[in-house]
Amino acid sequence: MLKDQDRIFTNLYGFDDWRLEAARRRGDWDGTKAIMEKGQDWIIDEMKASGLRGRGGAGFPTGVKWSFMPKKSDGRPSYLVVNADEGEPGTCKDRDMMRHDPHKLVEGCLLAGFAMRAVAAYIYIRGEFHREGNILEAAIQEAYDAGLLGRNACGSGYDFDVFVHRGAGAYICGEETALIESLEGKKGQPRLKPPFPANMGVWGCPTTVNNVESIAVAPTILRRGGAWFAALGRPNNTGTKVFCISGHVNKPCNVEEEMGVSLKELIEKHAGGVRGGWDNLLAIIPGGSSVPMIPKSICDTVLMDFDSLRAVKSGLGTAAVIVMDKSTDLVKAIARLSEFYKHESCGQCTPCREGTGWMWRVMERLVRGDAEPAEIDLLLEVTTQVDGHTICALGDAAAWPIQGLIRHFRPELERRIAAAKPSRAA
Amino acid sequence: MPKLTIDGKEITVEPGTTVLQACEQLGIEIPRFCYHERLSIAGNCRMCLVEQEKAPKPIASCAMPVMDNMVIHTDTPLVKKACEGVMEFLLINHPLDCPICDQGGECDLQDQAMGYGRGSSRFHENKRAVKDKYIGPLVKTIMTRCIHCTRCIRFSTEVAGVEELGAVGRGEDMQITTYLEKAMTSEMQGNVIDLCPVGALTSKPYAFSARPWELRKTESVDVMDALGSNVRIDARGTEVMRVLPRTNDDVNEEWISDKTRFACDGLKRQRLDTPYVRRDGKLKPASWAEAFDAIAARLNGVAGAKIAAIAGDLCDAESMLLLKELMASLGSANIDCRQDGARLDPKNRAGWLFNSTIAGIEQADALLLVGCNPRKEAAVLNARIRKRYLAGGFKAASIGPKADLTFACEDLGNDPKLIEQIAAGAHPFAEILKAAKRPMVIVGMAALARADGAALLPAVQKLAEACNLIQEGWNGFNVLHNAAARVGGLEIGFVPGEGGRDVAGILDGAAKGQIEVVYLLGADEIDTNRLGKAFVIYQGHHGDRGAHRADVILPGAAYTEKDGTYVNLEGRAQRGRRAVLPPGDAREDWTILRALSERLGKTLPYNTIGAVREKLAAVAPCFARVDRLVSASWAVSAGGGAIEAAPFQPAVADFYLTNPVARASRTMAECSALAAGRMPEKGTGTHG
Repeated sequence: MLKDQDRIFTNLYGFDDWRLEAARRRGDWDGTKAIMEKGQDWIIDEMKASGLRGRGGAGFPTGVKWSFMPKKSDGRPSYLVVNADEGEPGTCKDRDMMRHDPHKLVEGCLLAGFAMRAVAAYIYIRGEFHREGNILEAAIQEAYDAGLLGRNACGSGYDFDVFVHRGAGAYICGEETALIESLEGKKGQPRLKPPFPANMGVWGCPTTVNNVESIAVAPTILRRGGAWFAALGRPNNTGTKVFCISGHVNKPCNVEEEMGVSLKELIEKHAGGVRGGWDNLLAIIPGGSSVPMIPKSICDTVLMDFDSLRAVKSGLGTAAVIVMDKSTDLVKAIARLSEFYKHESCGQCTPCREGTGWMWRVMERLVRGDAEPAEIDLLLEVTTQVDGHTICALGDAAAWPIQGLIRHFRPELERRIAAAKPSRAA
Repeated sequence: MPKLTIDGKEITVEPGTTVLQACEQLGIEIPRFCYHERLSIAGNCRMCLVEQEKAPKPIASCAMPVMDNMVIHTDTPLVKKACEGVMEFLLINHPLDCPICDQGGECDLQDQAMGYGRGSSRFHENKRAVKDKYIGPLVKTIMTRCIHCTRCIRFSTEVAGVEELGAVGRGEDMQITTYLEKAMTSEMQGNVIDLCPVGALTSKPYAFSARPWELRKTESVDVMDALGSNVRIDARGTEVMRVLPRTNDDVNEEWISDKTRFACDGLKRQRLDTPYVRRDGKLKPASWAEAFDAIAARLNGVAGAKIAAIAGDLCDAESMLLLKELMASLGSANIDCRQDGARLDPKNRAGWLFNSTIAGIEQADALLLVGCNPRKEAAVLNARIRKRYLAGGFKAASIGPKADLTFACEDLGNDPKLIEQIAAGAHPFAEILKAAKRPMVIVGMAALARADGAALLPAVQKLAEACNLIQEGWNGFNVLHNAAARVGGLEIGFVPGEGGRDVAGILDGAAKGQIEVVYLLGADEIDTNRLGKAFVIYQGHHGDRGAHRADVILPGAAYTEKDGTYVNLEGRAQRGRRAVLPPGDAREDWTILRALSERLGKTLPYNTIGAVREKLAAVAPCFARVDRLVSASWAVSAGGGAIEAAPFQPAVADFYLTNPVARASRTMAECSALAAGRMPEKGTGTHG
């Protein structure tokens, strides 16, 4: 279990004030100038040493990502873009960070932006996070007023600006290239890669897009050292992580824990256990709606990190743990997710545009059992025709929950079809 | 240069080539819908997925640049399954109404479904239905068929330069629309019909009228503007059903203007299909012999100096040559092919050609327009300028009426005196031209057809010399013609001979009675009221202005009905070919002149079109080098006088109604009315 002194988000629950003075009391903006004086290479090396993997879901090593940015400008400015378009169902970590601890993000923007030689950071915040956006803007203003941002930020001699840009409610704009399109004022549709954003991002300039959490933990890592962060968790899955536990638990919560904590421990210790006891557990979606669910048998032992969850054909994703007890209609739950992905597909590329609607419609029938047994395999094949064939990962995200359902709960689907058969025949 | 392996074959390609292009170089065809070589890459149809070794997922070959040591497979089960999967997705919400679809028989989706489609559908849900959108009188929409490839959006945004098509909604609710159901305003919108890989965008005038396999396809050349766009004329029986572009990278790439495409219904209306002779003030049908007799009777004893001929804008070179020789044999030097009175020096070829060439526009880095609006006068050429503009590093400016040209063009004002200022270096744009590597100037008929055109032409040429437009290997002086016949006429020398009258002189003479007989070869753009009491012979195909004034009408053939040679504004001779027969008693124009010459006792020595063409080749070298260019050596044209201060007036008032064929076309009339705001937009009910 994570020790209190290793906790990064010390005001995750808003017990303390979010403002600059309180944030400074908690250690934010401490020695920022000194960190910057150690130089860009030192910062990137330290981030690499920390083993931090992107907290937005894909888990790409953050330090490595920063190192892709050009060290010398070809005339174009570089940008940092912070993805605060937190829309993954079940996920609510970035929201609390921005609401209660915005200065961690603001300071992180400066350090990360400095490390990648960016001239400015754009924080693309989900439109629905209205008050969080207000707080973030106020925090940024505080930082400007205190000389921490803007010209000669923190007295380091480096000029850096931070802007907040509000989204308009499309889930797809959380995809990094769709976010860039949206930031440029266009329709939020993912771009083809290559070229990657580090080469051609916002307005055609080198850009790195990072999740709020990845940026917000950076100042603490740099203050305490990459080795400290790397010592937490398990190899290749280091550090701490904010988990969002929701669903059929007694006390749903956001909690910062060590990577690699066991799923059972996470739920029992922090969320008051599964409603009706651990044995009442049916299945868990461990990483936000996009990852396949795992049944109780796996939940008993699985550890919460990238590699462990991948080994059981699921994923850590955004670490949004959605707990479903035995009262849950799993088929209906997944059908609802399918509807979500059908609704949020941008419509640009064929497999996702057409496949999400198809999958949802079959799922809706499977909820009632109104299908032939062979349609389960058909559905599975349709998911494989979407998965991996699209421009962005939304197609994969739409396919995986259904694949998880069929993988672990096929008998339930067959049972429903069999049960509905007499009425269909009539 | 990157080297990669595709299906076991090694290939080295240019850097920046995409995997799909590399496959094509090896002759491997990759199925695709959204990819189009002249549009930006969208990568959204996912039909072109191929397998790349060491890549976790199949890659979209249209969008993936080649990298060194790539290993690509296009024929693996994974690739086949991916293509079949995408095809299945495309078809689940496609109505499969091929039997009633105009795209049937020439549909990419049909063709590729043969290769990658399933025998029957596994989709048992309700299909999507999409309300059709009104996007103008030319393009019909059946939006349920749309596969969202976005080619039409990319065309209108990138090539046509009008951001009027777009997609609203997302996911399966995404729809292509003009947002407010307004008609598109592009002069090239018809090209989206060709680009649409399915039957979502089809030709409205052509709807339900023919199947592609019923059509006889003739490769020909367009005459609606001076560009000489390469076209394919599709005909059934005696009827031209539609006109489509042919690819010619040097001329029109693969675009044509809407006038080229849609004016063909004008070929069926207002046609002259029998000779007429005016008797008792009224035109009465007659036989060829009667018509020729009437001409012979009137010409009898008339001195050559009292006879004149004017060639129109759509004439083929063959008939102009014969008319010129006939007039010479009658002793007349009063011939002219410049209906609008353009003050072009017939002796200086470089002074009336588009010397930089159309393809050469892409090398230019600065452009000055003088009295021309290429968007209205040569829409496809305008698209080429826009293409150059989009590539960046291109500055354009215009002296003339304000216009939206679809590319950034500085408006220097509408003051002809600016030409001399720039030439003298007393204007900032002179520095831009001088600093450019390949500067060009385009001077249009709005300038040259003015009374002071003879002063303007050398003034622009002196500007060209002063601002370094004339270099070794680059001639930046260009004339933008509006008439398909004009350059051909100039090449032949269909201009006043020694002591002869030009168009203005002919009209003056006719008004004053000094000219007694005027031969109009398809000349309709002159003020026929000024022909006075002259005896007018009109040879042409449409009952337009010239025919109304005529005393004898000789029914000729339209450009789709005869073999003819046309020289485009670059000086490129191209062959038009006969797609259908002329209607009724109408004949190919050179044969009419040959027959008339015989009746007049001045038989011209040509019995076949081959003989006429041999003579053409002897008259001007461009006719000996069909489809190729003969460059002209630089000189400043003869001319003189003072430049007047009056502003330029647009040379083309109405893009849709510039010639007799277009004026007879209902489609063009509708477009014209719409563009002029004389007609309400037709919404479908979803327009709010």
